[in-house]
Amino acid sequence: MVFLQLFIAFFEIGLFGFGGGYAMISLIQGMVVTRFHWLTISEFTNVIAISQMTPGPVGINTATYCGYTAVHNAGYSTAVSVLGSATATFALVLPTFILMILISKMFMKYMHTDTVQSVFAGLRPAVVGLLAAATLLLMTPENFSTPDDPWTFWVSIVIFLATFIGTKVMKINPILMIGCAALAGLILLY
Amino acid sequence: MYLTLFKTFFKIGIVTFGGGYAMISMIEEDVVRKYQWVDKEEFLDLLAIAQSCPGVFAINISTFIGYKIRKTRGAVCTALGTALPSFIIILLIAMFFHRFQDNRIIAAMFAGIRPAVVALIAAPTFSLAKSAHINKANCWIPIGGALAIWLLGVNPIWVIIAAGVGGFVYGKYMKSTE
Repeated sequence: MVFLQLFIAFFEIGLFGFGGGYAMISLIQGMVVTRFHWLTISEFTNVIAISQMTPGPVGINTATYCGYTAVHNAGYSTAVSVLGSATATFALVLPTFILMILISKMFMKYMHTDTVQSVFAGLRPAVVGLLAAATLLLMTPENFSTPDDPWTFWVSIVIFLATFIGTKVMKINPILMIGCAALAGLILLY
Repeated sequence: MYLTLFKTFFKIGIVTFGGGYAMISMIEEDVVRKYQWVDKEEFLDLLAIAQSCPGVFAINISTFIGYKIRKTRGAVCTALGTALPSFIIILLIAMFFHRFQDNRIIAAMFAGIRPAVVALIAAPTFSLAKSAHINKANCWIPIGGALAIWLLGVNPIWVIIAAGVGGFVYGKYMKSTE
């Protein structure tokens, strides 16, 4: 059952995940956290962090991690859980793998038509909205704590602002910023 | 040849941090300059299509190039090559991370990392808004979409479908009458 759910969830994510990488996050979050409860919001944020620190696309990383965790939490052995990873990753890749081959085979000439271009023109601004939604959805008490715990709350806010300015304005490498955030967490939130 | 395809993309998959877009220059280096599988112009064309299509960008572009060189089997080799490194690495992390995530040191580090990750996602929103030519006339699309997902709990899939259909209808019936 969990295998079928994983397949359907990640197939849908692969099929509708326009904008790549971060823009897919609100889609993945909707399935993995809100609908199927495979991960909590903080686990999900941890996975995105791990994705940043390891090579490879965020989509593949989340599918692999989620597939394993979902099957493992359903009470199966490690070997079966590995199969869960493979199922989720395969399902994520499958729809666009087929789509890319179809485009290569016969639709290449249609890609530049006005009809296709106007669909893309509608999608582009929506993808910006998806990215904004991903940010808003991750601003939760699990990730930032609450004003009831003022120390953790304000440290989180400062880390957020510092990372935002660091990557956006000062163009510091994101992996370096994560390293600094980890150090700050270790010193201030231990 | 299949092995060369697999190895090339496996190598690209292993060394690129930060996801799909970081891979572009690596792929270009090997595919266009080193092996000359596709020429520069065609590569840019494939890139543009792979970017507009759904799914994992790195997989899309690998599939395109694999198919171009050795049809479906080539595409399987390149897609597998791209996906496999991160699959293996994340699988190992998934197997062991849940044992450590309750460790106080790890938990404190991730408590610091999580707000940083949210900032890393917030930052590109603004540069993407710029490149998607968001202005006063169309800013209601991303704002409305984001609020619908965040406040009303609308499934992002519906926002995507609505945007695609909206673009189609606008292009077909309204743009020409303006």
